Amino acid sequence: MSTSVDRKRTAVRARQRTAGPSGWFAVPALLLFGAFALLPIFGVVALSFTSWNGLGAITFDGTASWQKVLADPVTLNAIVVTGKIMLFSFIVQAPISLLLGVFTAGVQKYRALLAVLYFVPLLLSSAAVAIAFKALLDPNFGIGPVSGIAALRQDWLGNSDLVLFVVVFVIAWQFVPFHTLIYQGGVKQIPRSLFEAAEIDGASRVQQFFAVTLPQLKYTIITSSTLMVVGSLTYFDLIFVLTAGGPGYETRLLPLHMYITGFRANDMGAASALGVILVVIGLALALLLQRFGGRDRSASQLEGA
Amino acid sequence: MSATTTTRRTATSAPPSPQPRRRGRRERRERRNWLAGLSGWIWLAVIILPIYYVVITSFKNQAGFFSSNPLLPTLEPTFDNYALVLNAGFTIYLANSLIVTIGAVVPALLVSFMAAYAIVRGRGRFISFTSTVFLMGLAIPLQATIVPIYLIITKMGLYDSLLALILPSAAFALPISVLILSNFMRDIPSELFESMRLDGASNWSILWHLVLPMTRPAVVTVGIYNALQVWNGFLFPLILTQSPDKRVLPLSLWAFQGEFSVNVPAILASVVLSTIPLLVVYIFGRRQLLGGLTAGFSK
Repeated sequence: MSTSVDRKRTAVRARQRTAGPSGWFAVPALLLFGAFALLPIFGVVALSFTSWNGLGAITFDGTASWQKVLADPVTLNAIVVTGKIMLFSFIVQAPISLLLGVFTAGVQKYRALLAVLYFVPLLLSSAAVAIAFKALLDPNFGIGPVSGIAALRQDWLGNSDLVLFVVVFVIAWQFVPFHTLIYQGGVKQIPRSLFEAAEIDGASRVQQFFAVTLPQLKYTIITSSTLMVVGSLTYFDLIFVLTAGGPGYETRLLPLHMYITGFRANDMGAASALGVILVVIGLALALLLQRFGGRDRSASQLEGA
Repeated sequence: MSATTTTRRTATSAPPSPQPRRRGRRERRERRNWLAGLSGWIWLAVIILPIYYVVITSFKNQAGFFSSNPLLPTLEPTFDNYALVLNAGFTIYLANSLIVTIGAVVPALLVSFMAAYAIVRGRGRFISFTSTVFLMGLAIPLQATIVPIYLIITKMGLYDSLLALILPSAAFALPISVLILSNFMRDIPSELFESMRLDGASNWSILWHLVLPMTRPAVVTVGIYNALQVWNGFLFPLILTQSPDKRVLPLSLWAFQGEFSVNVPAILASVVLSTIPLLVVYIFGRRQLLGGLTAGFSK
């Protein structure tokens, strides 16, 4: 008995020794990631305690940058603007992408054709999207003045009551296609038999959506929502080109505020402190979403390795 | 991926039955969903209108732009705007974008492929550490680290070079690449690895002859996704390059906007030109591109 167990154990150990690749296979990726992602994460913390104008010497400066950043009302404003854009763009994008994903997963010919066109914004860079909308929304030469509709005659990007919603709309225009694609893939993986069973039970289309589609898409919803929420911390280029944070500070969200502080006002210490705030918010959100939505399937798969 | 393997397995024995799908289509046809159809066309208008506007405006001359209805195409289309953009260094920016995209995506794909193999098939503390590092990398908005990246690049003497864009872009592509690739590799049956091992195959030969063919859809997904990200990237070029001959396309659009200022048709012509390369890829490789993206993220 004991010998057979022993033998099994040595066999398992022998297989473990020979079966897997060695850790060396992960080393090139770790080196690259270490140098240009991990080191900068520690670097941003270290630099937030220094004073540096981007060119000269870096000097230790204690908590001066932090005091400056935390006392500056623009910082709080940037956090609020980031939160608003995150919330509104989630509220707008999530239902539209979900419905469009279900819609484009349908087998009808016209839906397949529409889907081809829906995904075109995926190809455009944020800079291109921003420039296009800037021209389109121009108060003098855009579509508003010629439409003849008074409500469309607005200075869309210059009116501080409107600009946030315009930005949210443009963000949705750019990113809904990607999330539609994710949902479309999710819907296509739902077994047909579930819908057929629901149909036999006499479930209406709406009932099928809530009883079959939505629960079956749980992991897709978590994946898409995580990408949406964490991704909204990185809307930099679109807003930079579209509004440059204006008018005033209305759309200056955290990444943009960090860029302007560091690379325009040449205060790299303060910019690093803002970078640390951004990292902390990102990590907190990701953890919260995992708690809230149960474990992400892909994440737990990876951990099980 | 599991779907691909099953298809491949059943394909040898019997062709998959098209029965259930056809039945589903017939039922759908009986009850038309007018509301969904209508909303679908409305969304199409939302998507197409800006694109239509950009394209028709890029063929107008400047006087025509100021005087004509912005939503009607001009009767005298002109290619002057395109000529202007092409003469303003567009080809250099295009070449730079190509170099940076290929230079970042190919090495990122290679090293993340190896790392995913180690994570899925390897054992030990170092490998679980690796997997944790890349998982954390997914949650952190890496853009927050532009200041130290700028510092590292300047200290390496790479500021204002294409390599300055390639290195961090490749590094930032790794977490999602490793995640998707390892998710797919996990679906390869262990027996296949073991039988190759028994035949005395090395790790490299297993990677090349077993893992790569079995995970090709994932490799395509990761390649496409990263290529889109790098091609359209704006932040690194903005902070890490300076001279016009190092500009990539997205940055050049922004620069054109400053140079041409009120010549909106020319600015929009540059937008069209910068999109054409990806549009060509989309037209010829749409199935691969969309299928690849779906396979990777819906898993």
